[in-house]
Amino acid sequence: MDTCGNPAPALDDASSEWICALNGTGAVREGALARLHAMLVRGAVRELRRREAGTWISGLELDDLAHQAADDAMLAILGKLGTFRGESRFTTWAYRFVVLEVSGKLGRHYWRRHPAERLEAEEWARLPDRLGAGPGEDAEQAELVKAVRQAVEETLTEHQRRLFVAVVLNEVPLDALVARLGTNRNAIYKAVFDARRKIRGFLVANGYLEDRRLGPS
Amino acid sequence: MSSWAALERFLRTDPADVGCEQAMEILHVYVDLVAADRDAIRRYPGVAAHLAACGPCCEDFRGLLAAVTEDH
Repeated sequence: MDTCGNPAPALDDASSEWICALNGTGAVREGALARLHAMLVRGAVRELRRREAGTWISGLELDDLAHQAADDAMLAILGKLGTFRGESRFTTWAYRFVVLEVSGKLGRHYWRRHPAERLEAEEWARLPDRLGAGPGEDAEQAELVKAVRQAVEETLTEHQRRLFVAVVLNEVPLDALVARLGTNRNAIYKAVFDARRKIRGFLVANGYLEDRRLGPS
Repeated sequence: MSSWAALERFLRTDPADVGCEQAMEILHVYVDLVAADRDAIRRYPGVAAHLAACGPCCEDFRGLLAAVTEDH
């Protein structure tokens, strides 16, 4: 059974061949390692190019980052080969490692181009833009900013407030925060998830929002 | 969209959301189901809820789906 309670199927033929070769010896194993590494490099380059517009990484820097991601994914895959149970194709399982490596490396790379002050600055006036709201009346937007700011100050812990400000107001990517704070994506997501619930509760309790309905318009 | 409508949408949380850790743990299984058009959302509703709410995990999902659909 997988972690969600669904039955795990037997390995498909292609996945079996990968596992046998990687667990083999001599030229068979060496060939499989070379094929896997080449596949991971291709996957990393493709993923970095797919995200290129948002990262400003290209050329030699992109190739270097791709090889780093592929090398680290390769190590992780070989270390966890015994845990592969065939719930997916082997290649999908392997590609997952390189996609996650790319995300982690882009998170660390973010701080080369952005100042650390982005963690602390509080650009409250930009909140409506950050939420994806269209142009609105100044008075309405000012009321919203004031209400959310009050909710943040009165309901969030200092940790939640810091992460909410960084992620929502300053648009610091989650993976960049992971790299900076030495934590993991789930911990930051959970803190912001809880912050959203607390802010919503405050706004409902104080008449700004109705449960599942819109507030003042 | 008005500012309040945008805020309401942003603050809405789905209790089915399994979080980043569990979603990433099963992402390869979910992606193979999506690629094969085999009802991934019904089998893993908590993962679907998470991917709808978490930008970075959704980006990883898109990247992995692109990798397997272009490669297989």
